[in-house]
Amino acid sequence: MSDKVVDCRGLVCPQPVIQTKKTLEAVESGRITIIVDNEVAKINVIKFAAAKGLSAAVEEKNGHYYITVIKGTGQQSVSAAAPIPGSAPEAGGQVYLITQDTLGHGAPELGAVLMKAFMTTLLEARPQPAALLFINSGIRLTIQGSPVLEQLQMLAERGVTVLACGTCLDYYQLKEQLSVGEVTNMYTIVETISHAKAVTL
Amino acid sequence: MPVVRLTEYSQRGGCAAKLGPGELAGVLKQLPVTFNPNVLVGIATSDDAGVYKLNATTALVQTVDFFTPIVDDPYLFGQIAAANSLSDIYAMGATPITALNLVAFPNCKLPGEVLQAILQGGQDKVAESGAVIIGGHSIADDEPKYGLTVTGLAHPDKIWTNAGAQPGDQLVLTKALGTGILTSAARADLFPQGVAAATAGMAALNAVAAKVAAGFSVHACTDITGFGLLGHLYEVAAGSKVSITVNSAALPLLPDAAEAAGMGLVPAGAYANRNYLKTVTFAEHVQENIRDICFDPQTSGGLLLAIPAKQAEELLAALHDAGLAQACLIGQVMDGGGEIYVR
Repeated sequence: MSDKVVDCRGLVCPQPVIQTKKTLEAVESGRITIIVDNEVAKINVIKFAAAKGLSAAVEEKNGHYYITVIKGTGQQSVSAAAPIPGSAPEAGGQVYLITQDTLGHGAPELGAVLMKAFMTTLLEARPQPAALLFINSGIRLTIQGSPVLEQLQMLAERGVTVLACGTCLDYYQLKEQLSVGEVTNMYTIVETISHAKAVTL
Repeated sequence: MPVVRLTEYSQRGGCAAKLGPGELAGVLKQLPVTFNPNVLVGIATSDDAGVYKLNATTALVQTVDFFTPIVDDPYLFGQIAAANSLSDIYAMGATPITALNLVAFPNCKLPGEVLQAILQGGQDKVAESGAVIIGGHSIADDEPKYGLTVTGLAHPDKIWTNAGAQPGDQLVLTKALGTGILTSAARADLFPQGVAAATAGMAALNAVAAKVAAGFSVHACTDITGFGLLGHLYEVAAGSKVSITVNSAALPLLPDAAEAAGMGLVPAGAYANRNYLKTVTFAEHVQENIRDICFDPQTSGGLLLAIPAKQAEELLAALHDAGLAQACLIGQVMDGGGEIYVR
């Protein structure tokens, strides 16, 4: 546990949020107090903490706001960027970045069979993965008619985060047909894979 | 040219650097109102530009707008500032003809090439509009600032004001929202995809939207800028003596804007707009980040058009055909006295 103070007095938005973000990322666990000198910065820092799944306590002293955020020992910063439900008791830290709709390179028919086998087997794996991130043609697995839709929906129900790249859904014009998980962006993808054990398929 | 981060030379960028609406209204109401029969649109109705009738067929439409850097690239800043200044002319249904540059520049801190790039951006954007820059004025200043005065022409009977919306009208918005929030994100080096979309949107002229809309019975028009969507809707509602209902689920949002708002990248101007607007009622289900986007100060935002309901779908299709894919029907006008409902 460590105690940290981030003095953001005199800084204009969005600097207080950026400083808070940097500190939260640098600190494994502990109490962080962010000091700001205006209402807007106070509200924005509280919003940021809430977005990261952390609660914030505010104390006002002499017109300055002292915002205290506690980052727990079990709290992974990855769980904040893409709310990976830590409540799923079986959820492990493994993240899969799935870049195509078939598994491996070679005959596409074989690749499709392998992908289905992979997802079905993943249902049996313990601990369950933390997140499945789908990009490029991988997003085809998350839409209506996907051969592994049932498996992905079961994983999602168990608390595995399923995210599909919004740019890719737009590109293939499949956004309307997304049938499991949520739309995400490159920021969340980068945040998620850089804070976890990630395997690219 | 050396690489400079233009936004680091100012505390607030773009239309977020405006004085708050409450602050400004308080000062303006202290000043005496002069009456002139040729003034068709003056300061009384908080419209986008002033209109002066020259004769039975021609009215002069004039506007001025300038601000601090909203992006780091000086050429792009010039383009955005010019598109933003020209937008007020389009919002009145007029055609821009001439413009004058307004420049403040820290010539001790930044090289001349930076100023040249800003002015080149402005000039190229004005040329795209078909108007021409015929002069300008510059001063040395600690913070860079750029914008233009623009003069346009319109038929005095065909002016679009913000005061003509009628109960039953549908509201069309032609650009996606969230430029203030994404400009904050840019300063934090976050959400590059959303920032790129916001930048492209801010640099785009409202010329096409205005041209398409001119083929329809536009009852009222304004452009969405520093007072945010709801601030400008309030001007329409108050000016037209109507109330407005906004369908929050239908609002066109820039990519990443909702997520950036959710993590507190909300500019101070959004809070100022929120504090000023007391006649806004949100349905409970409208999430906080969407509320923030509704108040977010926009730079070079889209046109907001009030159009008879029976023409609305046709206008929307025509805007989409003209390449304005973000254009959406976002709400409707009802009887009332300046109230805004967001559901």
